[in-house]
Amino acid sequence: MSSAASAYAQAPPPSQPAGLPRLLAGVPAHGALSLQEHLEIHGEAPRKPRRRRRSESPLIARIEAAGLLGRGGGAFPTARKLRSVASAGRRPVVVVNAAEGEPASLKDRTLMRARPHLVLDGGELAASSLGAEEVIVCVCAGARASAEQAAAAIAERSRAGDSSSPRIRLQLVPNHYLSGQESALVSYLNGRRALPTFTPPLPFEQGVGRAPTLVSNAETLAHLALIARHGPEWFRELGTPSEPGSALVTLSGPVAHPGVYEIELGASLFSLIDAAGGATDGVRAALVGGYAGSWIDAGRLPSLALSDEYLAQHRARLGAGVVLLLSEHACPAAETARVARWLASQSSGQCGPCVNGLQALAMTLTETARGVARAKAEERIARLASLVQGRGACAHPDGAVEFILSAVQIFGSEFADHARLGTCEACALAGELPIPDAAARAHGGLRRARLA
Amino acid sequence: MSYRLRVNPIACEAHGMCAELLPERITLDEWGYPLISAEPLPESLLEHARRAAQACPTLALLLERERARS
Amino acid sequence: MSTAVAAAGPTAYWYLTRSTGAVALVLLTFATALGVLDLRRWSTPRLPRFVVDSLHRSSSLLAMVFLALHILTSILDGFARISLIDAFVPFAGSYRPFWLGLGALAFDLLVAVTITSLLRQRIGYQGWRAVHWLAYASWPIALLHTFGTGSDIKQAWMLWLSVVCVAIVVGAVLARVLFGWPENRRRRVGALATAGGFSLFLLAWLPGGPLGSDWARRSGTPSSLLAHTHAATNSSGSRR
Repeated sequence: MSSAASAYAQAPPPSQPAGLPRLLAGVPAHGALSLQEHLEIHGEAPRKPRRRRRSESPLIARIEAAGLLGRGGGAFPTARKLRSVASAGRRPVVVVNAAEGEPASLKDRTLMRARPHLVLDGGELAASSLGAEEVIVCVCAGARASAEQAAAAIAERSRAGDSSSPRIRLQLVPNHYLSGQESALVSYLNGRRALPTFTPPLPFEQGVGRAPTLVSNAETLAHLALIARHGPEWFRELGTPSEPGSALVTLSGPVAHPGVYEIELGASLFSLIDAAGGATDGVRAALVGGYAGSWIDAGRLPSLALSDEYLAQHRARLGAGVVLLLSEHACPAAETARVARWLASQSSGQCGPCVNGLQALAMTLTETARGVARAKAEERIARLASLVQGRGACAHPDGAVEFILSAVQIFGSEFADHARLGTCEACALAGELPIPDAAARAHGGLRRARLA
Repeated sequence: MSYRLRVNPIACEAHGMCAELLPERITLDEWGYPLISAEPLPESLLEHARRAAQACPTLALLLERERARS
Repeated sequence: MSTAVAAAGPTAYWYLTRSTGAVALVLLTFATALGVLDLRRWSTPRLPRFVVDSLHRSSSLLAMVFLALHILTSILDGFARISLIDAFVPFAGSYRPFWLGLGALAFDLLVAVTITSLLRQRIGYQGWRAVHWLAYASWPIALLHTFGTGSDIKQAWMLWLSVVCVAIVVGAVLARVLFGWPENRRRRVGALATAGGFSLFLLAWLPGGPLGSDWARRSGTPSSLLAHTHAATNSSGSRR
């Protein structure tokens, strides 16, 4: 486990990047890096690797050597994804997924706002390596600054670019939690609603316009663009052998400067908190992986390293790099119930077990937090959890159940107190965990989403 | 050739006919949605499974060949 | 000429085509009512959903069998000179072209519904459902065909049979619309309006139409056959 700090400095000299920052190098406080500035920092994009028929693009082998894993939450090996799309036969489509539906995650919209050209590089490179002629960049309709910068960057490239580059277009998607889910995104691009669909067929087989589709997270493509420039060995200079490279993390909660940070995979949580200016309050627990993630007790945090390999011991995963700290002053029971209610509301409503199960779970948690739960609430929660897991068309119910079960376990004593005694003083406080239902809460938990 | 049963949870509307026709492998949860047992499907139940899949009003029950695990 | 035909008298096919037609109508009515009611929601352990579902499928298929016999026997009975084409292509025949054509039309729709239902798992749910809506149209068309071409319609038993069929389907529509009201208000109001409108239409049309005088001529029976009809009216029942 490395304790490499994640603080970022001023832009390092262009063609010799070492250490951090990588993705966030030279990021301005406002606006985006123009194409010119982007090229100055990172150098020219490598010549687009032309995909020759019957032979695989060399870029894919480089990505495989680099061991790049998807940064959208699934941590799927990117080279394998590229290969699946490449072997599907028909001309594919590339979708850049910056439709960040997770409320506590800001990394993708930050990348699109400040480093659009790096992401677009990745998109174009992926498209060229797959023989795709179309790249669709998806941004949430609510992330206006990101959408504007992405549009401007696309326009800049089309003015400067050559006709052999793939066509790039911007597509705004609805602001739901599930809009960024792979099949939901593809469904929306196909003119239907942004709701998950039953798979198979998976997007890599049949996606946008029935063509094999690569749906890749914006950050993943940004890494891909850098690997194409500097090579797999460079990429592996940071991180761990099984999880190489750097990653963007959104840190929120009682720290001086919450926001998006770039860390080396395997870095300690405490070094991240240091980079964010240190904690401003006592920390009760950390939620790693966002609202589909798991809670980790404060006692385990000092030695916590941010890599899936390490987090597996705590039944957690880094997911889309979302870390939420819960202060000692918040009421865990009320917060959990609140988020559970929101998660239930974000169900796409297509699958019975998800709709009914999450609703029932949210109600049981709410009743427990208010001290009006029926007998055997704990057993009911466990039973409902087993009824919900794996019975939806997407991973939303599974994520919600993981969030709830880990909360019930970590905050067992608080829940027991509430069940017996009812609401506590902290219950009425404004929610610390951010959920986008009220304008006031939209940025409440994140205060300033700025780069340190 | 082994088969398995799978539900398309989006198409499923809790009509419950599958549980009536194949109670050996399918039960209904408290909301009426099917719970498919993980036990393998023997030859003797295959016809019943086929009938259950055919009877589903929304064609949500799928009888599929087991994909060979690599 | 017509006298030669009169001498031959009604063939067995003629009786068969009337009886199979009536049975097909009853079965189609039953199947339609079951479909409209969606009785599955009211299943009991003694009447499980799959049984109700099977009843609908079986009665539909049986209706198709009788319908096929009805068509076959009407072709084999040479009186009205109905050809195989007339069974499938509506409004092309010489005998009461419009009313017979309605029968062919209903048959076409039902064939589409039947084939898609038998191949449901290959077509997929959405495709099947779109075609199945045609079933709603086939019943009233078949009923109008019965009134228009039916030789027995003035007979009390046939008239009562038809009235009961209408009552069953209209009743099923009412029951379905009222249960769960007012969800899907527009659709329910539309269904009520259609059922009500159709019933009123029948009430207005029947007395002056098929139940009125000289319907055989007015409905398009060729004059060569009409002469024979008039001659035979006084004997057992109405020939045409």
